[in-house]
Amino acid sequence: MSDWYRDFANSGFGATITKQLGLPRPVELRRYEPGQPLLPGPAVVGSAGQGRLRQQLTALLIDAGVTVSSPEADGERLAAVLLDATGLTGPADLAAAHALLAPAVKRLAPSGRVLVLADPPADADSPAQAAARQALEGLVRSLAKELRAGATANLVLVPAGAEDGLAGPVRFFLSGRAAYVDGQVLTLTPATVPAGQDEDRPLAGRTAVVTGAARGIGAAIARVLSRDGAHVVLVDVPAAGESLAAVANEVGGTAVAMDITAPDAGPRLARQLVARHGGADVVVHNAGITRDKLLVNMDADRWNAVLAVNLQAQLDLTQALLDTAGALKAGARVVSVSSQSGIAGNRGQTNYAASKAGIIGMVRAWAPAFAERGATVNAVAPGFIVTEMTAGMPLGTREIGARLNSLQQGGLPVDVAETIAWLAQPASAGVNGQVVRVCGQSLVGA
Amino acid sequence: MAAPTRKAAIVGGNRTPFARANSVYARASNQDMLTAAIDGLVARFGLQDQQVGEVAAGAVLKHSRDFNLTREAVLGSRLSAATPAYDVQQACGTGLEAAVLVANKIALGQVESGIAGGVDTASDAPVAVNEDLRRVLMELNRAKTVQQRIKALSGLRPGHLSPSVPSTSEPRTGLSMGEHAAITAAQWEIGRTEQDELALRSHQALAAAYERGFFDDLVTPYLGLARDNNLRPDTSMEKLAKLKPVFGTGADATMTAGNSTPLTDGASAVLLASDEWAAERGLPVLAHLVDAQTAAVDHVHGGEGLLMAPVHAVPVLLARNGLTLQDFDFYEVHEAFASTVLATLKAWEDDAYCKDTLGLDGALGAIDRSKLNVAGSSLAAGHPFAATGGRIVATLAKLLAEAGPGKRGLISICAAGGQGVVAVLES
Repeated sequence: MSDWYRDFANSGFGATITKQLGLPRPVELRRYEPGQPLLPGPAVVGSAGQGRLRQQLTALLIDAGVTVSSPEADGERLAAVLLDATGLTGPADLAAAHALLAPAVKRLAPSGRVLVLADPPADADSPAQAAARQALEGLVRSLAKELRAGATANLVLVPAGAEDGLAGPVRFFLSGRAAYVDGQVLTLTPATVPAGQDEDRPLAGRTAVVTGAARGIGAAIARVLSRDGAHVVLVDVPAAGESLAAVANEVGGTAVAMDITAPDAGPRLARQLVARHGGADVVVHNAGITRDKLLVNMDADRWNAVLAVNLQAQLDLTQALLDTAGALKAGARVVSVSSQSGIAGNRGQTNYAASKAGIIGMVRAWAPAFAERGATVNAVAPGFIVTEMTAGMPLGTREIGARLNSLQQGGLPVDVAETIAWLAQPASAGVNGQVVRVCGQSLVGA
Repeated sequence: MAAPTRKAAIVGGNRTPFARANSVYARASNQDMLTAAIDGLVARFGLQDQQVGEVAAGAVLKHSRDFNLTREAVLGSRLSAATPAYDVQQACGTGLEAAVLVANKIALGQVESGIAGGVDTASDAPVAVNEDLRRVLMELNRAKTVQQRIKALSGLRPGHLSPSVPSTSEPRTGLSMGEHAAITAAQWEIGRTEQDELALRSHQALAAAYERGFFDDLVTPYLGLARDNNLRPDTSMEKLAKLKPVFGTGADATMTAGNSTPLTDGASAVLLASDEWAAERGLPVLAHLVDAQTAAVDHVHGGEGLLMAPVHAVPVLLARNGLTLQDFDFYEVHEAFASTVLATLKAWEDDAYCKDTLGLDGALGAIDRSKLNVAGSSLAAGHPFAATGGRIVATLAKLLAEAGPGKRGLISICAAGGQGVVAVLES
């Protein structure tokens, strides 16, 4: 679906008009394509205080073929600025952050990246240190709103001992995979991270299950997981079997037509995964429905259907896979699709928002048990994603919905899919129990 | 010295929902539907770009342009283009015969896997120029001089414009299949009520099978249709009783649109393989095709009913396998007409008929009716001629797999031209 407004704002005449009127000026975002370099230009790495990550970050960038430039060098546009803020001792150290970022951001190229790394405030030795660390959140979220031309700013919190898991998240936030992830705070956990992965096919040899895969975001997830090397098992309701088979044949996957709310759905899927695929490495709970009504007008059927498909089925399927020997392989990755509505609420969606908020509670509660298996469970929360569903919205509502974020445009299903595919990677072992919003830093729900 | 043989495994099946003629699939061709059935199978078993040993399928109503129908469907599918294919045609026995052919090649070790299928459309049936016009046109084609051409064209008559439309009439008797079935129904004194009861059970059983998700991995929706649209879950004896007879005369006019199959469009495909081939891919083995038999009767001069050939084939099959008619857990007797099923069962129960006509020592006996067509059959699902065999093979294989190892099922399918194909499946 084309973004007519974005195209207009980028035309010669449209650019003049939108600039003069102070209208949003969205750009086409840099999105990932196989074989693409991690960054289209040089990066700068700086630190605030005596950080412990700067060397690691520099090595990581060089290893990925990125030219690491000096903060003092003039002229050249920067593809990314990385700030190691793990050395913060108090608010005074934040001046160094300002000193690095202010000139660097001026040099930031379109779809540039600002990535700040720090320790979690909760682990601080003193209130002053906690204050400084927490301050970064305000800095990053505000900077994300100031950045233009598709640039993003994100914060990764790295507790002591979690440094091994840094590479995957850093690569993600810098890459085109994170095009629509903006103003986010990600907290890593210490984990054993498998050494090395083929960055072009990080999921090679892996089996990934995607529910609700027949269309929309689910089909996009199946395509991206397949592109990254996974054999995809596509699940959807029998009535959607025609498009399910088409997507399965497109991605070389396996179609499983089943109602995930059926009592035997979990055991059935688990049996098939064991018998046919030797277990699953990745499970993406994407299937979801909406039955919108104001709470006072909502009948029990609407309430129950949404909770059953969007939440209870995720709990039951996951439990069945956990209970069936061999159904979930060691180091499995479970990713649930939540929603901005689950974070911020949405009028007419008490049922939907309840289910999507419930998912967040679920992944957080399950994370420690998954960690014991060397596995992870996370959620992604899409914001305004351009799909067939949003195409049916009235123009005004749609345009406002699409622009109310720092990137001034709606995201694409592939943006959600890329984030999920990243969480599914072996290198994402240190990301567990997290909720990653794919919303372009939506104004809704902070 | 023949090589030792093995039994072919039935891995699974896929079909389009069946649609009454001139409804949802009115504009779909045989090739479209067969390709869809194969592609659904490919998606279900992850066979994209893979080569199976062969694909054997066919259609009864077939355009002359579809001389290589199955191969063309394979080329249009997600299977490897290096998959060989050929067409089979044995009237309504096509689908089962195709499965037998593939199974036999697997049994002999000539192929490790194969797909058997069938398709038919009564909506997109071939319409040809009528025979007289065709002769004129062929004469014109042979003409070399202007004079000869004029002479050939002078043979044209206005009546030549009426096209030649395929029908279900038997070429040698001129009677429609329904009229033939009505003769048999009268011969065997098959009543209206028992026919309606069989039809009702078929609808109820098919609806129940859909409700319990039985067809989730046997059917893939096509052109927006998710279930067979001939299925009437809410039909009743009262509703069936109201229908006027369409075949038979006088008191013997018992056959209605409710207890006869309608013209139907649809396609089916079944994946067969050696046990080894299935195991290598982690694919299930639902059942094995144990043995099969065909038979034909002389419905023109011999006095036997057109659709009675399976009655003759089954005792041969039983004898060869040391089985009795009662040694089965499931019976799949194709419901061309309710009366056909009932006449078939009645014939096997008839001592004199079994002795005199079938040359047996006595009656084969009755079967437990609760084991008959338990997931519905053609009266409810419809009957796209060549696709019915694939529907039945996959359905029975799954029923046997559900029931557990060591279960046995019998398939009996009657076909035009006085033929019949029967087979035994075992889990």
